[in-house]
Amino acid sequence: MSGAIGRVLIIGAGQAGGEVAQRLRANGFEGDITLCGDEPIPPYQRPPLSKKYLSGELPLDRLFLRPAETYEAEHIRTFFGRRAVWIDRTAKRVRFEGAHELPYDALVIATGTRPRPLPAPGADLPGVHVLRTAADVDAIRPRFVPGAKMVVIGAGYIGLEAAAVARQTGLDVTVLEAAPRPLARVTSPEVAGFFLDAHTAAGVRFMLSAQAAVIKGETGVRAVGLADGSEIEADLVIVGIGVIPETGLAEKAGLTVQNGIVVDGQGRTDDPSIFAIGDCASRPLAAVGGRMARLESVHNAIEGAKIVAAAITGKPAPTEEVPWFWSDQYDLKLQIAGLFQGYDRVILRGDPKDRAFAAFYMQGDRLIAVDAVNRPAEYLGGKALIQKGASPDPAKLADPTVPMKALLTA
Amino acid sequence: MPKITYIEHSGKEHVIDVPAGMSVMEGAVKNAIPGIDADCGGACACATCHVYVDEAWAGKTGTPSGMEQSMLDFASEVEPSSRLSCQIKVTVELDGLVVRMPKSQH
Ligand SMILES: Cc1cc2nc3c(=O)[nH]c(=O)nc-3n(C[C@H](O)[C@H](O)[C@H](O)COP(=O)(O)OP(=O)(O)OC[C@H]3O[C@@H](n4cnc5c(N)ncnc54)[C@H](O)[C@@H]3O)c2cc1C
Ligand code: FES
Repeated sequence: MSGAIGRVLIIGAGQAGGEVAQRLRANGFEGDITLCGDEPIPPYQRPPLSKKYLSGELPLDRLFLRPAETYEAEHIRTFFGRRAVWIDRTAKRVRFEGAHELPYDALVIATGTRPRPLPAPGADLPGVHVLRTAADVDAIRPRFVPGAKMVVIGAGYIGLEAAAVARQTGLDVTVLEAAPRPLARVTSPEVAGFFLDAHTAAGVRFMLSAQAAVIKGETGVRAVGLADGSEIEADLVIVGIGVIPETGLAEKAGLTVQNGIVVDGQGRTDDPSIFAIGDCASRPLAAVGGRMARLESVHNAIEGAKIVAAAITGKPAPTEEVPWFWSDQYDLKLQIAGLFQGYDRVILRGDPKDRAFAAFYMQGDRLIAVDAVNRPAEYLGGKALIQKGASPDPAKLADPTVPMKALLTA
Repeated sequence: MPKITYIEHSGKEHVIDVPAGMSVMEGAVKNAIPGIDADCGGACACATCHVYVDEAWAGKTGTPSGMEQSMLDFASEVEPSSRLSCQIKVTVELDGLVVRMPKSQH
């Protein structure tokens, strides 16, 4: 395929879009590369947004994947601050806001996700924010001050990370969650319970099985009204109730979309000239038996970029890794490998009371995922076991005196 | 500004000015030096920023934390001089530091 492709156009300049541009060049692609995104700045890492960027520890320029000048040096044309609105598959052109158009031989859609809006009156009041972009965090900052009352709606990883930074900064924090426990969609009750306790000990108030019905205020948010009629005072509200994949362009172009733009093992959509990667794509995961999944993680963005760069340049496909993810809250580093959905048994190693333990998820006798808190050996050892499709001895998994290395060679 | 020498596995050298306060990993990534992947961007979560610190410098770069050491134990081609470059903070004392890269980060 590589011979026929002169022009690669990438829509979405986030982690996946930025990576694929770089990796095409690293693979020796000599044609035109154009990287377009609607944010006004070069691709950057989002994970620090709810961690060290929110806390002020890292400035924006340290979040960039590469310094802005390197794109020019590598002859990657960039086109920031412009939104793509239409893909013309017949003419192989993409139209942008403002009637500008660009042609392509290969198109990579890397449009990510957008935050799910809070379905409540008053959600557009000043002081109600989402947390997806650097601009979102900059907008949060003026109200993110010691003593301010912050309400987080939605107890997912991003909401809990923001809650941790807020407590460390001296804000008063309440977390509202519609489910009966935090992190309900992303981890087991055992690990969720641990994080609930850790945040409670740090002074976070939780209201579980609680629904935000209305945001109250006149010129800015004053309180969050609950479905039961009660109210929580608020100077700042962060809404983190999940995301919606940005698949509109693909849908309008008639590509198959099922919880993400559906692609094959090479990242190709049903149109052989169009690829999709990152948070917006649903792909078969070779490392976990080829099951289709739309992941939202740095690992998935980088791997998708590697796969598509290889497909476009005719290079061998990379070896796929077991999915991995991390979350930093207070002094707790959570490291996750594998996909826990479908587990039938959880094995704990170490005592959560020590703030260092791992939860291994088994399906039958196979290890399918691990959540490790301040336990990097369990994380990397578990990840290697999952990659091998191993069935480790549960008694040894549960025994912290058995080194993870020993399990790997068993 | 501290100068750091990055030596690729092939032997190719890059001498780079890295501002104090940044990590050794960032110095490489920001200057597009191949051989350090740094998938997690410095969160000590990926172990793809593995380097070997020249013996003469081991005293000044300090010893790895428990977290870093455990991550290193699972990296490939680990040596006593192995470090995760995202965990080495550049200071004026590190002016002249030499780090070498492993064959592969995966
Ligand atoms: C606060 C936060 C914390 C996170 N923490 C972690 C973590 O600890 N670990 C981890 O592994 N992952 C984490 N993630 C997830 C990770 O950042 C994402 O999975 C990753 O950024 C996905 O990359 P992407 O390129 O697919 O999407 P994005 O990085 O979202 O990039 C998509 C880009 O496309 C642009 N775009 C969308 N539509 C258009 C259009 N029509 N025209 C032009 N441009 C368009 C968007 O504005 C955006 O800039 C976090 C995410 C957030 C928001
Ligand atoms: S960059 Fe990921 S561990 Fe150093």
